[in-house]
Amino acid sequence: MIFGNLSEKLQDVFARLRGRGKLTEKDVDAALREVRLALLEADVNFRVVKDFIGRVKSRAMGQEVLGSLTPGHQVIKIVNDELTQLLGGKAIPLTMASTPPTKIMLVGLQGSGKTTTAAKLAAMLGKRGRRPLLVAADVYRPAAIKQLQVLGETVGIPVFNMGQGQSPVNICKAAVEHGRSHNNDVIIFDTAGRLHVDDELMEELGEIKEAVEPHEILLVVDAMTGQDAVNVAASFDERLDLGGVVLTKLDGDARGGAALSIAAVTGKPIKFAAMGEKLTDLEVFHPDRMASRILGMGDVLSLIEKAEEVMDQEKVKALGQKLAAAQFTFEDFLEQLNQVRQMGPLDQIIGMIPGLAGAKQLQGLQVDESQLRKVEAIINSMTPQERRNPSLLNGSRRKRIARGSGTTVQDVNRLVKQFNQTRELMKKLGTFDKGKRRMSKGFLSFFQ
Amino acid sequence: MAWRNLFRRGEGKAPDEPGILDRLKAGLQKTRTMLTDGLDNVLRGHRQIEESLFEELEELLIQADVGMKTTLELVDWLREECRQQKMTDPQGVKPLLAQRMKEILGSCSAPLAEGPDQPTVYLVVGVNGTGKTTTVGKLAARCQRRGQKVLLGAADTFRAAAIEQLETWAARSGAEIVKHQAGADPAAVAHDAAQAAKARGVHTLIIDTAGRLHTKSNLMAELEKIEKVLARSLGRRPDEVLLVVDATTGQNAISQAKMFKGAVEPTGVVLTKLDGTAKGGIVLAIAAEVGLPVKLIGVGEGIDDLRDFHPELFVEAILAEGS
Repeated sequence: MIFGNLSEKLQDVFARLRGRGKLTEKDVDAALREVRLALLEADVNFRVVKDFIGRVKSRAMGQEVLGSLTPGHQVIKIVNDELTQLLGGKAIPLTMASTPPTKIMLVGLQGSGKTTTAAKLAAMLGKRGRRPLLVAADVYRPAAIKQLQVLGETVGIPVFNMGQGQSPVNICKAAVEHGRSHNNDVIIFDTAGRLHVDDELMEELGEIKEAVEPHEILLVVDAMTGQDAVNVAASFDERLDLGGVVLTKLDGDARGGAALSIAAVTGKPIKFAAMGEKLTDLEVFHPDRMASRILGMGDVLSLIEKAEEVMDQEKVKALGQKLAAAQFTFEDFLEQLNQVRQMGPLDQIIGMIPGLAGAKQLQGLQVDESQLRKVEAIINSMTPQERRNPSLLNGSRRKRIARGSGTTVQDVNRLVKQFNQTRELMKKLGTFDKGKRRMSKGFLSFFQ
Repeated sequence: MAWRNLFRRGEGKAPDEPGILDRLKAGLQKTRTMLTDGLDNVLRGHRQIEESLFEELEELLIQADVGMKTTLELVDWLREECRQQKMTDPQGVKPLLAQRMKEILGSCSAPLAEGPDQPTVYLVVGVNGTGKTTTVGKLAARCQRRGQKVLLGAADTFRAAAIEQLETWAARSGAEIVKHQAGADPAAVAHDAAQAAKARGVHTLIIDTAGRLHTKSNLMAELEKIEKVLARSLGRRPDEVLLVVDATTGQNAISQAKMFKGAVEPTGVVLTKLDGTAKGGIVLAIAAEVGLPVKLIGVGEGIDDLRDFHPELFVEAILAEGS
């Protein structure tokens, strides 16, 4: 990622400013050039970027440089605040009907992930004690109905369909009746994907809206969408008056600038983010976290939250200290791997760490489940001394370990290498802000 | 939509046939309007070639999803060229831009390959929701129309109902299909499909795979395995490994192309949904930054809306004068 480390770049821009009291227009311009590039690389719409930079500039100009903050941090903070604001400030919940059933309609371009999102949303609501009904209203794409049926079965949610022979409007109308009589308190309509320039099909959505009067219309948008996202969102909003947006495929490396463009153009909140292929991978959207992601600054908050969910607080504290000193051992490594395994895919976790999203050292760090068992066996075949002091591991010790764990010397070598890479990485993490202790303490305090 | 119907004829004919340019123009109407009108406005707004003209040009290209890097390269080149040629008339910029775009796209352009022996094998890959299965279906229909017998391999065993979706396309196009159950090993499907293709003497074998995000190393490894197994049963690499890219995608398409290149070495790109987007500038970025040729473009929802990609025509269509 070219702009994986925006904050570092801004530090460079501001390095020359040390000791001056105010940010001048020139200083701010230089910094905002970097921000502008970062936003454009993240696919934020060009016009939105232009407006945005203008707003940030007027706020940043002439501001006092606070003693505790470097100017770079200050500009980042303003940018981050403004981004968060633009993205809707706080997470906004689904609109629920005062008298059930709540009717939710999903719309969007082809391939944005409507059907999968419908199932994920139903599963999420089901878990919260609701009784959702899924409606298969995509009569155009081959096997779309079948897809929803299979997904519905997987998550244990009933699916209403009338085959491909009926018009979507009729299907949706009938579904509402069906839902009422079957005591469903949420009805989710999965509509066919369509281009926002396709008048005929856009008209059809208007008809469905009129027929079922949904409480919530959600636009499903692929996080990888480019500059056209604004036109797509504006067209759908104009026709349907959207209630909000679901951003999908955020588990890839797309920075998701489309989210910002849409928020800026329609003013509608992003309500959910889909982050994986499992049907539980739907999360409530957090504007502040997305802001950092668009800027390529990592998502510290999500990381901390995930860590807190699964990690034992006492152990975390101890580990945090070891991490800072890059002193952790194979024993810690093993424990950590087990905990990380509970947090989710490692590549995702690492993507959330500021400044590490694109780090080269991470390429060898992919963990897969069967590998983990091997790793466990290898570490268990080490003596306690070896675990504490990996530099003891010479050739003959490695051979013994390989024999003891039923693996090969290559496996052992690979693990030792990975271990050293991890250690290296942690060192980098601990000294995130180029050796400034303030920052490393700041980061670790998240763990405490 | 009327202009979409304009595409219905002229399939597979020579690019220089009169009329095809008009049809392409119509299909790329949104891209064209944006670039052409935008470009004309920029050029008309200046009496001579000056720095602000280049800045406006930059904005225009970025808005067409061409991407920062390629945009800067393009505009730097233009600036230098104008200086060397001592050009002063803004109107001279347009042919230069067209020339440069054609060079970028043409440098890695190649038609869809045919195998040395039957069957010709195409492996279709890409991230989720770009239109792989639809592309496989349209490609099958196109081959069948040309009188070639086609076999489809349903190696997307992951997504719910993907196999049924491909079956529908097989029925529509008249192609045969080899499938396993949902959840089966996709490499095994590919192997069986290759064996069946040889035994039945089909002309073209097209393998559909599950969509996968390029950042998931385990899924990319699975794809590598599919290709390896396929190559073993064929005795050669698939004749084309086609990366399907959604034209609405922004700069992430570069990342996709690079990561897929690291795993299965795609031989070309299929750019889908080009009819709906005002952009498609990502084609330039992919060609310039990744060096992958675009082989086919999808310009509509009809079964015959899959076209060969001609760099010359494409550039002419998006930069052409007026209507």
